[in-house]
Amino acid sequence: MKILGIDSSGLTASVAVVEDDIVIGEYNINFRKTHSQTLLPMLDELSGMISLDAATIDGIAVSEGPGSFTGLRIGSAMVKGLARAWEKPIIPVPTVDALAYNMYGSSDLICPIMDARRNQTYTGLYEFVPEGDGYKMNVLLDRRAVDLGAIMAEVNASGRRTVFLGDGVPVFAEQLREEVRVEYSFAPAFMNRQRAAALAVLAASYMREGRTCTAAEHAPVYLRMSQAERERMESGQ
Amino acid sequence: MNILAIESSCDETAASVVRDGRQVLSNVIASQIDIHTLYGGVVPEIASRKHIEQVDPVVMQALADAGMTWDDIDAIAVTYGPGLVGALLVGLSYAKSLAFGLGKPLIGVHHIEGHICANYIEDPTLEPPFMCLVVSGGHSHLVNVKDYCEYEILGRTRDDAAGEAFDKVARAIGLGYPGGPKIDKVSNDGDPVAIDFPRPKFSDNEYDFSFSGLKSAVLNYLNQCEMKGIPIVQADVAASFQQAVVDVLVGHSMQAVDMYKVDKLVMAGGVASNSHLRAAMEKACADRGVRFYKPSPILCTDNAAMIGAAAYYEYKKNGCSGWDLNAVPGLKLGERV
Repeated sequence: MKILGIDSSGLTASVAVVEDDIVIGEYNINFRKTHSQTLLPMLDELSGMISLDAATIDGIAVSEGPGSFTGLRIGSAMVKGLARAWEKPIIPVPTVDALAYNMYGSSDLICPIMDARRNQTYTGLYEFVPEGDGYKMNVLLDRRAVDLGAIMAEVNASGRRTVFLGDGVPVFAEQLREEVRVEYSFAPAFMNRQRAAALAVLAASYMREGRTCTAAEHAPVYLRMSQAERERMESGQ
Repeated sequence: MNILAIESSCDETAASVVRDGRQVLSNVIASQIDIHTLYGGVVPEIASRKHIEQVDPVVMQALADAGMTWDDIDAIAVTYGPGLVGALLVGLSYAKSLAFGLGKPLIGVHHIEGHICANYIEDPTLEPPFMCLVVSGGHSHLVNVKDYCEYEILGRTRDDAAGEAFDKVARAIGLGYPGGPKIDKVSNDGDPVAIDFPRPKFSDNEYDFSFSGLKSAVLNYLNQCEMKGIPIVQADVAASFQQAVVDVLVGHSMQAVDMYKVDKLVMAGGVASNSHLRAAMEKACADRGVRFYKPSPILCTDNAAMIGAAAYYEYKKNGCSGWDLNAVPGLKLGERV
């Protein structure tokens, strides 16, 4: 099975083509340039390098959210266009699930921490359990937008050694060090941000389960209302 | 050459197939006006969220309405500015990957150039040079169109756009959003000379516009009436405000026509569908023996057919855009990025 993965949910721009047990190509950029400038040239270059024949792709995986609203829409619009042009299904993957998948095989509790602004984080809790000749990722707490304190309470209650990763780690590092009561680690550079290769491998398992959608159906999962909607609700109009 | 064009710069998701810049084969517009009406104006984040829901169905409808498959399409065009950045990015990102995936050229189009080019669709005999008044919710420009893709801006608004003034005044007199069509309608029952609102002019550039002073004058008038206990006649305020706007727009346009000795005056943009402005401009042009062009209302408001028209001439003159094409919210008319 050959999957094209695209992640633009945060500052990282990442594209990868994974076929069964091989990452044929992966291109990651963590730089200030906007995704609308970088992502398609990255895919163009990667495609050329690996002589990608679109007809051989089985599905297009995308990080569906949560994350930067604009980043999620750029990724969504991009996979919609590709899905239409190539007549391929889209495989939406929760951003924090794909992040957690970077830690494949870890015996620690896995806690992705994305900076959600307004002093909140996009997060979840995950673990890997042996299954056959590999591991299966269990979702212990599915994706959510919460105050850091709320997810710290869950981590502390587990009593388990925990690994933190994601762009929220440097933002909340001080607070984490103060509030975490269990043993913990921070994931190293090569696995602490969104990676389209991990996304694509996780997406392959989704695809086998039939968890795909069409270009017309796909929509980002923001986990949050827009500010205007929130204010309108709060004012009770 | 068949161009599939996509437009998402504000609160309309639109797609169209246009042949050779002049013939519209399909024109699909998904308006978000109902949801933004709840907020009294366009909310950028909500607009962006609606665009991502609408973009694919709208594009597929445009392709189907034209009775075409991707094989029949020669290029993909898209608005890349000016506009709301988050809204622009949806149409742009979709258009880019669609063009890339299909292996077809991508043509980035300036939204205002699109409005001007709507006239090429309306009247297939129209050719530059001509003078063009572009008036919409976000823009007020007086442009000397010297040739295809060659624009000289003579005047622009120094503050609010004409359409913005309509929206603000409509809100102040209780007509609500969108202001343009509502003021147009209610003015039919009002006296356009009931109140003498200002018609500002600048000595350093006589083609520039200013509408915020006019808006303030309306607000001041309303306040004074309230303080003095004088009842406000909504239709008279609307008609008098509208007359001031129309006088300024027609006056500036005719001055430019006289000065540059052009024999064609073209209108474009959402405000160009205002019935009083159309009538006044038509009369002023007729008095001078100048030919007057205006798009039908469906081509005045934001649409993708006009983007497809502009794209054709852009492609012939400047070729296609790169895959790194970005949204440019403040893109200037005539600027190429």
